[in-house]
Amino acid sequence: MVANIKDKAVIAGVANTKFSKDSGVSELSLAAQAIKGACDDAGIHPSEIDGMATFTMDTNDEIEVARALGCGGLTFWGRSHYGGGAATGSLHQAVMAVSTGMAECVAVFRALNGRSGHRFSSGVSGAITTADAIHWGWYMPYGLLTPASWVAMFTQRWMKLTGISKDAFYEVAHATREYAVNNPNAAFYGRSFDRAEYDAARKIADPLQLFDCCQETDGGSAIIVTTPERARDMKKPGVAVRGIAQASAPDQEQMTSFYREEFAAIPEMEIAAKNVYEMSGLTPDDVDAAVIYDAFSPIVLWQIEAWNFCGFGESGDFVLDGALRPGGRLPCNTHGGQLSEAYIHGVNGIVEATRLVRGESLNQPKKNIEHALVTSGVGIPTGGAILGKLD
Amino acid sequence: MTPEEQKAFEDKIYAFKGRKVCEATPAKDPVNATMIRHWAEAMGDTNPAYTNTEWAEKSARGKTIAPPAMLYVWNQQGITAASERASNAQSELVQLFNDYGFTGVLGTNVKQEYFKEAAPGDQVFMEMVIDNISERKNTARGAGYFHETVATFSNQSGEKLGTQSFRVLKFIPQDQPAAAAADDARLEVPTRIPSPRGHDNGWWWEAVDKGKVMIQRCSNCQTLRHPPRPMCGECQSMEWDSVESKLDGEVLSHTELHHPKIPGYQYPLVCAVIKLGEGTNIVSNVVGCEPSDVHIGMRVKGKVEQVDEKNMLPQFYPA
Ligand SMILES: [Zn+2]
Repeated sequence: MVANIKDKAVIAGVANTKFSKDSGVSELSLAAQAIKGACDDAGIHPSEIDGMATFTMDTNDEIEVARALGCGGLTFWGRSHYGGGAATGSLHQAVMAVSTGMAECVAVFRALNGRSGHRFSSGVSGAITTADAIHWGWYMPYGLLTPASWVAMFTQRWMKLTGISKDAFYEVAHATREYAVNNPNAAFYGRSFDRAEYDAARKIADPLQLFDCCQETDGGSAIIVTTPERARDMKKPGVAVRGIAQASAPDQEQMTSFYREEFAAIPEMEIAAKNVYEMSGLTPDDVDAAVIYDAFSPIVLWQIEAWNFCGFGESGDFVLDGALRPGGRLPCNTHGGQLSEAYIHGVNGIVEATRLVRGESLNQPKKNIEHALVTSGVGIPTGGAILGKLD
Repeated sequence: MTPEEQKAFEDKIYAFKGRKVCEATPAKDPVNATMIRHWAEAMGDTNPAYTNTEWAEKSARGKTIAPPAMLYVWNQQGITAASERASNAQSELVQLFNDYGFTGVLGTNVKQEYFKEAAPGDQVFMEMVIDNISERKNTARGAGYFHETVATFSNQSGEKLGTQSFRVLKFIPQDQPAAAAADDARLEVPTRIPSPRGHDNGWWWEAVDKGKVMIQRCSNCQTLRHPPRPMCGECQSMEWDSVESKLDGEVLSHTELHHPKIPGYQYPLVCAVIKLGEGTNIVSNVVGCEPSDVHIGMRVKGKVEQVDEKNMLPQFYPA
C-alpha cells in the first residue's frame, strides 16, 4: 500500500540553462539561472517560491540560491541522496511538501559544473574519509572505481543471462542521438553516428564503449512544483504528478549490489514501478512516452523490463522493433537523453517529460502524449514518476 | 576579464598561430663527441653506440652516433641566452600573456619524433613555429591557455632529423596550497588506492596484510556475510567471528577496464565478481591469463599478493 498523492502536486514551470563543457560561471549561478528560467516558464516571480528540493550531491545551499534569486524566506527544503537516484527523488521531496501543505511553490533544481569541475569519470578516490569510503574500499584497490566500471560488471552478466547483444545497446544510443541531432542545446546537436563509428569508438569498460556512456556537462535544470489550484492560474498548462515513488531493495549498495542471489537485476526499480503504477492507477499501456535514465545505454533496457513494457530478457527485441523512435511504441529520451543532450543527473529528463505532456518537445511525437514516464538512476536506490495532463 | 576583453585578448594571442619563431638556424657547434659523452654520463646511458668508438667501428653504422634524445641540445643558446636573446614571436607571445596576468608557466608535454640519426661532425639546423594555442582552460593551476611550439631539425644536407613539440601552459597563478601538496604527492610512485580502514572493515584488511582472506560469521546463527557489517541481518546478533576462505571461486561477472587508466594500476586490468566456495561473493582481479580468456563460470583460485609498495590484495588465477 502506498500513500496516495495522485494529482496533488503539479509541475508549472521547467527550464534548462545552456549546456556546455565549460560554463565559466559558478554552480550557484547555474542553479539561479535554471530556477529563474523555470519561474519565467510558469509566469511567476522568484519571491513566490517558498520551498526548495535538490540532491545531497548538489553544492548549492538553498539559502544561497534563495538570496541569489530574491526568493525571500523558505518554509521547506529537502534533499535526496544517491547520485542520479535523486532525479525523481528531488521531485518526490517537492511533491510531498506541496501535497501536505508544507510549501506551496517548490523549486526543484540540480546544477553542476560536471565537466569543467569535478568529473564523475575520474572515479572515486581514497582521499575521502567518510563511511561511504569504506564501501568504495571494497572496489577501489582492484581498479573498479568509475561508474562505467560498476555498470559494466552488471551488464556483462545480464547479457549472458538474456542473450541480448550490443545490437540493442546501439539502438538505444543511436535512437537517442537522432533526437539530440534536432536539439540546439544538446552536446551532439547536428552530429549523428553510424554503426561503424559506434563499434570503432574507444573502449571504456567491457562491454561498454564511448557511445554507450553519457556526457559530462556543465549546466542546470529546474522545475517549479505547486498546488493544482495555483497551477491553474499560471501561464502554461499544468502537468500533474500522477504517481511517484522512491525505492531501495534488500542488500542494496550504491552501484555495487554484487552480493544478491542474482545481481544482474534492479529490484529497487521494480518496486518503484509497482508503486507508481499503483498510486496513479495506470498501467504500462497508459504510458505514451518516456524519459528513461540513460547514464549508460544498457540501463535503459533493464528499466524497460522493470517498468513492465516487456518481460525479462525481451527489451532487446522491444527496442529493435523501433519502440524508442519517434513513431514507435514508446518514444524515449526525446531531448537526446543524457547520452547525447546533457548529463544533469536526470533533472533535464524531468524537464523533457513535462514538455512531452505539454506537447512542447523539440521532437514531439505525432500521437497524443497523455502520460509520460520519467525515471531516476540505476544500480542505486532510485525512483520514478508518471506525469499527466492536469484536468 | 569581461567576455569582450577576453575576446579582444584571444584575438591578439590567436594571431600568433602559425608564426615562425626562427628560420632554420645552425647550432653554434657541430655534433661532437665531447658533448655526447657529457650527456651520456649525466643520463647514465652506457649504450656503446654513443661513446665507444672501437665498438662502433665494428657495428653496422661503422661510427658513433648522437643519442636521438639529444636532438634539442645542439641548438641551445647556452649562457648567452640570458643577455643576448633577440625578441621573436615566442617571446612576444609570452610577454603578451604576462601583460594580461597569465604569468604562471608550466611545461606540460614534450614530444620528439626521429627520422634520421646525427653523428659527430654533422651540423644541426633548427626551425621553429608556434603551432597551436588552445581555447581558455580552467586547470588545477588556474585559468590559462596551452600553447605549443614545433621545432624541426635538419642536417647540413637538408635532411630532416626529427621534430620536437613543446607544450606550455600559461596561466593566472592562484594560491592553492592543496594543489601544491597534491603535486608533491605526485612525486611518489603511485600505488593502487587502498581502502580506508574503520571499525567495521579494519580487521578484514589487517588479515589481508597477513596473507589471509576472512569471511565474517555470525556467532549466533552462523550465517556468513561479506562485506563485513556490524550486525547480522538474519538474527540481529552483533557477535561475530570469522573463517578463512580457501579462495576457490567461480567468476559470476567480469569487466576489462580500458579508460580512464588510473595511475598506480597495471593494465590490462580485469575486475570480477567471484563466488567463493564458502558461498559469499567478493570483488577482485583476475590475473595470470589473457583478459579475453576470462568468462562467466570460469573456475579461479585466489592468493594474497603484494601488488605494489603499499598494498596486499587477494588476486585470482585460472584454477
Ligand atoms: Zn545471525
